[in-house]
Amino acid sequence: MMGFEIVILWSDILIWLLVAASGGLAILIAKNPPLLAAWRRVGANRVGMAAATVLLAFIVVGLLDSVHYRLQLEGKPGTQPSYAIEVLSALDAMLTPLRTRNEKTYSEPFATRLFAKESIDLPGQGSIRDYPRLKHGGKHLGENEAAVAGDVTTTALRAAALALVAWLVLAALAARRVASGGSGWQKIWRGETDFAWNAVLISVAIMLLILVPLFSLAGQYHVFGTDKVGQDVLYQILKSIRTGLIIGLVTTLVMLPVAILLGMTAGYFGGWVDDLIQYLYTVLNSIPGVLLIAAAVLMMQVIIDTHPQWFSTVAERADLRLLALCFILGITSWTGLCRLLRGETLKLRELEYIQAAQAFGVANGRIIVRHILPNLMHIVIIALVMDFSGLVLAEAVLSYVGIGVDPSMTSFGTMINNARMELGREPVVWWSLAAAFSAMFVLVLAANLFADAVRDAFDPRAA
Amino acid sequence: MLQIKNLRLGFTRDSQLLVAVDGISFTVAAGETFALLGESGCGKSATAQGIMRLLPTNGRISAGSSIQFDGQELLTLSEAEMRSVRGKRLAMIFQEPATSLNPVLSVGRQIGEVLVRHLGLTGAAARQRMIALLRQVGIADPERRLDEYPFQLSGGMKQRVMIAMALAGEPDLLIADEPTTALDVTVQAQILDLLAQLQIDRGMAILLITHDLGVVARMAQRIGVMYAGELVEVASREDFFERPRHPYTQALFAALPDIRRRGQALTTIPGQVPALDAMPAACRFAGRCNQVMTVCQQISPEWRIVSAGHQLRCHWTGAAEIPAATPRLALSEQASESPAFLSVDALQVHFPIRRGLLQRTVGQVRAVDGVALTISAGRTLALVGESGCGKTTVGKALLQLIKPTGGSVKLGGTELVGLKAKRLRAARRHMQMIFQDPFASLNPRLRVGEIIAEGMSALGIERHGAAQRTAVAALLLQVGLPAGAAERYPHEFSGGQRQRIAIARALAVQPELLVCDEPTSALDVSVQAQILNLLKNLQEELGVAYLFITHNFAVVEYLAHDVAVMYLGRIVERGKTEEILRTPRHPYTRALLSAVPAPTLDTHPAAIRLAGEAPSPANPPSGCHFHPRCPQAQDICRQSDPHTTHLSQTHAVNCHFVS
Repeated sequence: MMGFEIVILWSDILIWLLVAASGGLAILIAKNPPLLAAWRRVGANRVGMAAATVLLAFIVVGLLDSVHYRLQLEGKPGTQPSYAIEVLSALDAMLTPLRTRNEKTYSEPFATRLFAKESIDLPGQGSIRDYPRLKHGGKHLGENEAAVAGDVTTTALRAAALALVAWLVLAALAARRVASGGSGWQKIWRGETDFAWNAVLISVAIMLLILVPLFSLAGQYHVFGTDKVGQDVLYQILKSIRTGLIIGLVTTLVMLPVAILLGMTAGYFGGWVDDLIQYLYTVLNSIPGVLLIAAAVLMMQVIIDTHPQWFSTVAERADLRLLALCFILGITSWTGLCRLLRGETLKLRELEYIQAAQAFGVANGRIIVRHILPNLMHIVIIALVMDFSGLVLAEAVLSYVGIGVDPSMTSFGTMINNARMELGREPVVWWSLAAAFSAMFVLVLAANLFADAVRDAFDPRAA
Repeated sequence: MLQIKNLRLGFTRDSQLLVAVDGISFTVAAGETFALLGESGCGKSATAQGIMRLLPTNGRISAGSSIQFDGQELLTLSEAEMRSVRGKRLAMIFQEPATSLNPVLSVGRQIGEVLVRHLGLTGAAARQRMIALLRQVGIADPERRLDEYPFQLSGGMKQRVMIAMALAGEPDLLIADEPTTALDVTVQAQILDLLAQLQIDRGMAILLITHDLGVVARMAQRIGVMYAGELVEVASREDFFERPRHPYTQALFAALPDIRRRGQALTTIPGQVPALDAMPAACRFAGRCNQVMTVCQQISPEWRIVSAGHQLRCHWTGAAEIPAATPRLALSEQASESPAFLSVDALQVHFPIRRGLLQRTVGQVRAVDGVALTISAGRTLALVGESGCGKTTVGKALLQLIKPTGGSVKLGGTELVGLKAKRLRAARRHMQMIFQDPFASLNPRLRVGEIIAEGMSALGIERHGAAQRTAVAALLLQVGLPAGAAERYPHEFSGGQRQRIAIARALAVQPELLVCDEPTSALDVSVQAQILNLLKNLQEELGVAYLFITHNFAVVEYLAHDVAVMYLGRIVERGKTEEILRTPRHPYTRALLSAVPAPTLDTHPAAIRLAGEAPSPANPPSGCHFHPRCPQAQDICRQSDPHTTHLSQTHAVNCHFVS
């Protein structure tokens, strides 16, 4: 058994704090009937729940990728143990084959040979130019490279059958939970359950049918191909998910307190306080966002580069840069929500229950916390989920223009940035971009659909 | 002309049909006004929408319903055919003039649409027609108004424009859905006169939908009373007002506050209109009826003809007596000499109008401009006036919710204006407010118990949990709610119950003065009676003084000891209720009183009609603020502001012609 050392990155702390906070929030919601009723409405929304299921899969991947450790290096017994320079995560451990089986350079999905011709020395026959055989892709087939299609089909079918069995077990569990006996099935399929079980089960079925064959094939092939340095694209996609989630979640976390506090203060007190806050966000808004972010990122880059002693590993440096990016994005993106909350507070302030509280001489701070904040919560929740997808996309854009995450960190943005060159060559390397695009598309679409469901459920006009 | 048979319509929700109108039948003859009367939620507006076939997308009209208009069945027409009926032969005016005109189109464009569609008029011909129409509905200077936008018109003018639009297609039947509910009494009187005049001129039938018995008395020839989606009584005007037979109709009359019921508890209808998904199977009124018999719970009553043109659905055949007066509550006629508890002098509230880059003050909205009032302990002062006259602002300025610009508010000898926040908090114990809209005055996210306890915690009266809970339970009992209500949320209560919660919240700090800002104007008549009774009882028991802000004279007659009439930020007349109501001296008070439609058959005295509407307080007229609308105005009125003339110890008037 090899020893290891747990590495706690700053972003890990934030991610797990967020998980804990959402747990606490769930308990609070369970105690508050109106909020619980609203979340029940989300639960009854079929599209929303299907999206939530997909989202949950992404989140699980992201969380697995947020437990970091360093392996102990073999050394002489009795000496101070030393640890590998490379920081790994639980996800990396699970995906060790994907992570380690690198090729030399580009290869197509399900290919057995490289994408580029090379000079191969054949003993006794001189050198020829040909596509070299991959070290890992389709290795088990040996010389029989023509059998790829048949092998892929049988493996996929076998995995699909396994997925179906797994799904049946899950569905049976769900049916048991809805009602004992055979009536649970009927209730689920007729959509008579309060929670949209049928939507969840259907999306689980689709996900299982796609993912199980994909991963069983990933053992023998590079299902999404390899990139320039021969890394498996599927592995990169999975690693990008955490980056996207952190950008989406941590940024909102940075932005939320500022937006809520300033928005409510401006709306409630009015007068010069309102003027000041309005000028502040108007000024921020009128600076081109990308320029502001670029300036801040470049400054931060200088600081990081001049203080190498702060970081013991590359991962820590990349992590700090990621957090700084979240922070910068948060600082520049609170204005929209702030403006929204200010407007709503202006409306609430004139409501009679606020005036009734004022007539009792209730202190302003208490009025804000007790009467205004709870009545703004629906806007905050809606903004939170809607901003998430926007931020994931923003990261892609920023990394594309070169001011995003650290180059050593995989993200959808860096993958798309690399694709710039790949699309320019002949023949075109398309799989990297296509895979990044599809994964990001699914993530953002699921987040948007979920946001729609949340908005429908929390919109006071609909309730 | 309009013949409705067995109309049944409802709204789908979660694949379930909630029946809003259940099998009603009535006819409207040419040139007649038929009034549909009922409380909110009884299906009156749904009936109107059904006739126009303008139901929302989840609305369904059941098979077997029939709406015949001039012998033509409307329900089988295609949508395209229906479009040529709507606006051309059937027209509708809506309740809220502010939202029924498109704000980005000029008046002319909106009326022009109807003319093009139904009469094919365009260009100069259409313009001539539009000018004629606007003139017909009494809009001065129609040529200019045609090119204006809705925001440039006042509420009454918008409603006139709506009527002009409805008339543009020269309809045979006009459906008026609460046409004056959103308007002030003086403007309401103008609009009702206009409708009556138009009906005589054009021989048009009107289907009038209203909850106001006064409007019914003013306008209708035949009346249908609706309750919970059913028509329960149809009667001619005379029968309706002299011999109402259905217990519901009788209860509606008995619940009206009125000078004759002064000192008595109003008859209330217990409970509320049943929800659409919980309709009783038999007689729908049985649960609230004071004549209920066992048969009422089992069989839905059939139509019964009482006399020619008078029919009802009721098992009860008793006499058409309005229930005898309920036990007398002595009106606390305290000596008016008792020292003033609250005295207000020269109170001013001005809101600055700011313009330009530096937000310089360019003018003042004089919402309250020198108001003087006194209220003695245990008495009720009614502050009466039309919307926008500043009466709510006075109420809020008393409580220092709005900072007064000048003047003095003395509460038991302590000057409140300019008081420091800390001292002011102590004074807040003595004064509380009840707001107009019971749906906006309770925080939807707090439990009722927390809402009521808020004042106690803030003012440090009962801080401890257990004591506070006991106090809340006692308060709930006092306002007639079960103690279990404390654990529930406001949305689980009806409008009347919410208003009770608001009253309990105000009473929690044991105030000596309650400012009631139109506490019943958002409620139905039967619920209004419950709240008025409650307020009256509380005054008996606790000796609370009320400043009752209202525009409803019936409530004033019933409840108030003293009255102050406000116009454009100033009090124009004040005195004891009897003095003001019997011998009003200010021309505005007289006009206001004569504009109120009385729910009786008596021939209405020639009403004094005021021209136009109240001007903006940002730019009040010179001299006497009332002179532009005053029928007696002379030069002196334009030049100088009248002084207060004391007619008796209590009665004072601000008018040049009284002295």
